[in-house]
Formats: sequence, structure tokens, C-alpha cells
Amino acid sequence: MKTNIIALLSGIIFGIGLSLSQMINPNKVLNFLDITGDRFDPSLIFVMVGALSVAMVSFKWIRKLSVPLFGQHFQLAKNTIIDKPLIIGGVIFGIGWGMTGYCPGPVVAGLGLFSLESVIVIAAICVGFFAYNALFERNH
Amino acid sequence: MENFTPISALAGGALIGLSVTVFLLFNGRIAGVSGILNGVFFAAKNDRLWRWLFLLGLVLGAWLFNMGLPDFNVPRQNYPLPLLIIGGFLVGFGARLANGCISGHGVCGLANLSARSLVATGAFMLSGMLTVYVIRHVLELAA
Repeated sequence: MKTNIIALLSGIIFGIGLSLSQMINPNKVLNFLDITGDRFDPSLIFVMVGALSVAMVSFKWIRKLSVPLFGQHFQLAKNTIIDKPLIIGGVIFGIGWGMTGYCPGPVVAGLGLFSLESVIVIAAICVGFFAYNALFERNH
Repeated sequence: MENFTPISALAGGALIGLSVTVFLLFNGRIAGVSGILNGVFFAAKNDRLWRWLFLLGLVLGAWLFNMGLPDFNVPRQNYPLPLLIIGGFLVGFGARLANGCISGHGVCGLANLSARSLVATGAFMLSGMLTVYVIRHVLELAA
């Protein structure tokens, strides 16, 4: 129960952060990625700086705990190998990001603006998930 | 650069940092949106409710902000539909292959000093920049 309330609360804070930073605006994202264009807008680097300056400090302290405050154990990525799927996946993701201006957080938050594009892109993202699972996780 | 908004970007980014902090501190989990969304379909049945609640929170947060400041973010219209559909598919497929997106790798992974996340974030950015260059300045598919 407590972890469910935290999930909702974390989502709300995240959604407000995406709105205030305007990462929820896909054209602003495209203007950030358009480094040679006359509309180039470096604002989103400041989103990363803002997020990382908080999270780098807090994560360093949280890592000293043996268990989280409400959960039984920390669930962090164990894989540390830089392999082909990571790089190829990153490149494929970047192509989709550059085509749309949306990554998963902002496109879900966009439903709160009643954005029709959000509905379309979320559906397409989920088709991508199912395609991945059909190809690589057959034994599930 | 009349649309350059460093102060609100920094403040919004700090809120995102706060969100992933709260989530890791209390629940012990990485707030990676692609992994959370994927798990709505593929995680164990008893591991799904919190995922729906996090996603609902994302929507509610944006909705609440928009109630207070209705003209701050206006939904885009008339963007080419094929770009949205194909691009969305690639975002979903690529995020699974790379095991994360901007929130999981770009915020949480980098904050955790993960070399994998640094490589992934670099790939997202370089590939995204090249794609926008091709779409806007070579093929001129979108304004």
C-alpha cells in the first residue's frame, strides 16, 4: 500500500517536472536535437543538469542504505557489460526520438494535456514492446 | 534563441531528480518509464498495480500543472502521422533492446555512475540529432 502511494506521488512530481521543463513539448525536444538549425534550443541540457545535480547527490547517499525505506530490497540493473544490443537499441531509440520528439516519460505525461499525438505514439511504443518480446523473449 | 528557458528547465529537471530520488529511497526501484510501461504488459500480475499508479501520476502531474498554467504547454497538431507511428515503434523497440530510455539511463543510470547508461545516453543523443538533421534539413519532412 505504502509503495503504491509512493509510486503515484513519484509519478506526479515527475509529470510536473516534465511540464515545467517543457520536455513534454515535442517541438522543444526537436529544437534541442536540431543543433545545426536556427531554432536550436539548448534548454534540455539544463533539464539533465537539474535532474542529475539532485539525483547524483541523493543516489550516493541512498546507496549507503542496505534496504529502501518501504521495500524489501533495492532493484538496480546488474548488467555492466557494454554490448551490441545496448548500442543498437540506443541508436534505434534515438531515431524514433528524433522522428517524433517524444520519449516514454513525456509522451505518457502528454495524456494529461489531452494530446492526441500521445495516444498514437504510446500505442506505437507498445507495439514496439510486443515486437521485441515476440522476437527475443519467446520462452515467456 | 528566443525560446531558450534555462531557469524553468533547471527547476523542472530538479523536480525530476526529486521524483527518482523519492522512488529509489522509498521503493528501492529505478524510475525508468519505458521499463515501468513495458511491465504493465509483461511483469508478474502482482507487480503491475504500482506501475499503473506511477503512470497515472505522470498524467495527473501534467494535468495539474496545465490546470494552473494552461498556456505553458500546448499540444502539437498536424505533425506527420507516419513519423509518429514509425518513430513511436522505434522508441519502444529500441528502449527494450537498450533496456532503458532517457529516464532510466539518462537520469537514474547516469546518477548511478553507470558506464552502460553513459553509452546509451550518448547513443540516444547522437542518433536523435542525426535523425532530426535528416528529417528537417535533408528530407524536409517536418517543419
